[in-house]
Amino acid sequence: MNRRGSGKHAHLPVLAFVLLLAALWEAGTSVFDVPHYIVPKLTDVFASMWENKQLLGKHFAVTLWESLLGLGLSVLFGTLSAGWIESSGLAKKTIYPLIVGSQTIPIIAISPIMVMWFGYEIWSKVAVVILFTFFPIAVNTADGLRSADPDIGSLMRTMGARKRDLYLKWKIPSAMPGFFTGLKMAAAISVGGATLGEWLGGENGLGMYTKRASNVLRGEAVFSGVLLLSVMGMMLFFAVQWLERASLGHRRSEVNRGK
Amino acid sequence: MSSAAMQGQQIALSVRGLSYSFPSEPPLFESLDFEISQGEFVSILAASGIGKTTLFRLLSGLLVPQAGTIAIGAAGSSAAAAAKQGRVGYMPQKDCLLPWRTVLDNAALGLELGGIPKREARRQVKELLPELGLEGTESKYPHELSGGMRQRVSFARSLLAGGELLLLDEPFSALDAMTRIRMQEWLLQVWEQHRKTILFITHDVDEALLLSDRVLVAAQSPITALQELPVQLPRPRSYEAALDETFIRLKRQLLGWIGMSSPGGGRP
Repeated sequence: MNRRGSGKHAHLPVLAFVLLLAALWEAGTSVFDVPHYIVPKLTDVFASMWENKQLLGKHFAVTLWESLLGLGLSVLFGTLSAGWIESSGLAKKTIYPLIVGSQTIPIIAISPIMVMWFGYEIWSKVAVVILFTFFPIAVNTADGLRSADPDIGSLMRTMGARKRDLYLKWKIPSAMPGFFTGLKMAAAISVGGATLGEWLGGENGLGMYTKRASNVLRGEAVFSGVLLLSVMGMMLFFAVQWLERASLGHRRSEVNRGK
Repeated sequence: MSSAAMQGQQIALSVRGLSYSFPSEPPLFESLDFEISQGEFVSILAASGIGKTTLFRLLSGLLVPQAGTIAIGAAGSSAAAAAKQGRVGYMPQKDCLLPWRTVLDNAALGLELGGIPKREARRQVKELLPELGLEGTESKYPHELSGGMRQRVSFARSLLAGGELLLLDEPFSALDAMTRIRMQEWLLQVWEQHRKTILFITHDVDEALLLSDRVLVAAQSPITALQELPVQLPRPRSYEAALDETFIRLKRQLLGWIGMSSPGGGRP
């Protein structure tokens, strides 16, 4: 954290490296004459992106909306479950292990069920996003709540704190770093959830676009969809990171000092 | 009866017949009696693990005694009731400051929980900070402060949270030696200004003698009685007092009580 935040030019090395990889891609595909349906030239990918910009923009918006809606609902369900786990001893013993254990179920395998339940419209995609993102948010927030320093809680009780005070002034603020850790993980994988949801059936979205393009061996179209999907994932991740810094800024610097 | 109580001063804390044990563990206290008068500075000197922190949890109403009574103030309210009314201020060993709050809002926490509006709480804190050597720190966050300064903020919070009786649980034990001496002198100064009743737990013989009017020694477990040593050193005190002959004599006596030197022995 410290080194990355230490200067304006902290991101330069990684940018330079990405440009180098792009150049290698372009040069490699030209020199070795790789077929376009295996790896298209990077310039062809961008050309295809530019040609289809309106269509891609529309699909981008659809997938982004599915991801955001799923993320938002996961935040709602995830934090509520975490609060329930924290406040009830019974839930801590039953729900929490169940949520953790449920991660052994391959999400991809149960995703088709979402289509059976919610149809081919947007809600089946949102449901798959929730399947992907609920777990990191719920578990990290629950762990964050549990990590609240019990000595501070005791001290607040000697000062006459009621249950509501304990949550608002101690447990919830203590859980915020854990919540953001979960939200960052969720943001990064939410796009994958939406893409999978679209593969399972649908008319719109970048996932559907890449699948259709691969069916007809249009390598440059597949890659332009994939690039846009990863841009979307990064956008969501950095948006959450920005939110985290804005709300926990002074605590981050505490971490930086290594205290 | 303590000497101060015999002089007709009001009782700040009275513990009668206190017994407590955790389930399936040997008892920590058995019919323990002691009392503290208003405005007194009393230390309890005990080895680690003998139940000091449990005693403070009992006195601050976090635990309920299995037998006996804890009465706070002249009216003799229970520990839990007094804590709820904001009459007992507990300062834990760790500073327990909230990292997301500024110094100002950390110190105001007790007042806030006591139902005082935020603006008024902040005003009271601002008034107090300069006296505690905390001027100019009000908008800083805990991680920006040194260990000693953090303990001062923690003390300010306890002072504002509990007017009548302050329970200090080894507050300086985590500080380095130099900072600790500075904080002890600081506490003596603050106590001279405010004359609050303080019960101070420590395992440091010098600290107990330097600060207190009386030292209560808990030597054996379970604690059934506290051996009392009045500290007749002049006030106001500074660290110089530790070089006084009386101080050395008292220290030898205390060390004998806690079994660190045989009676009459240990002389150079």
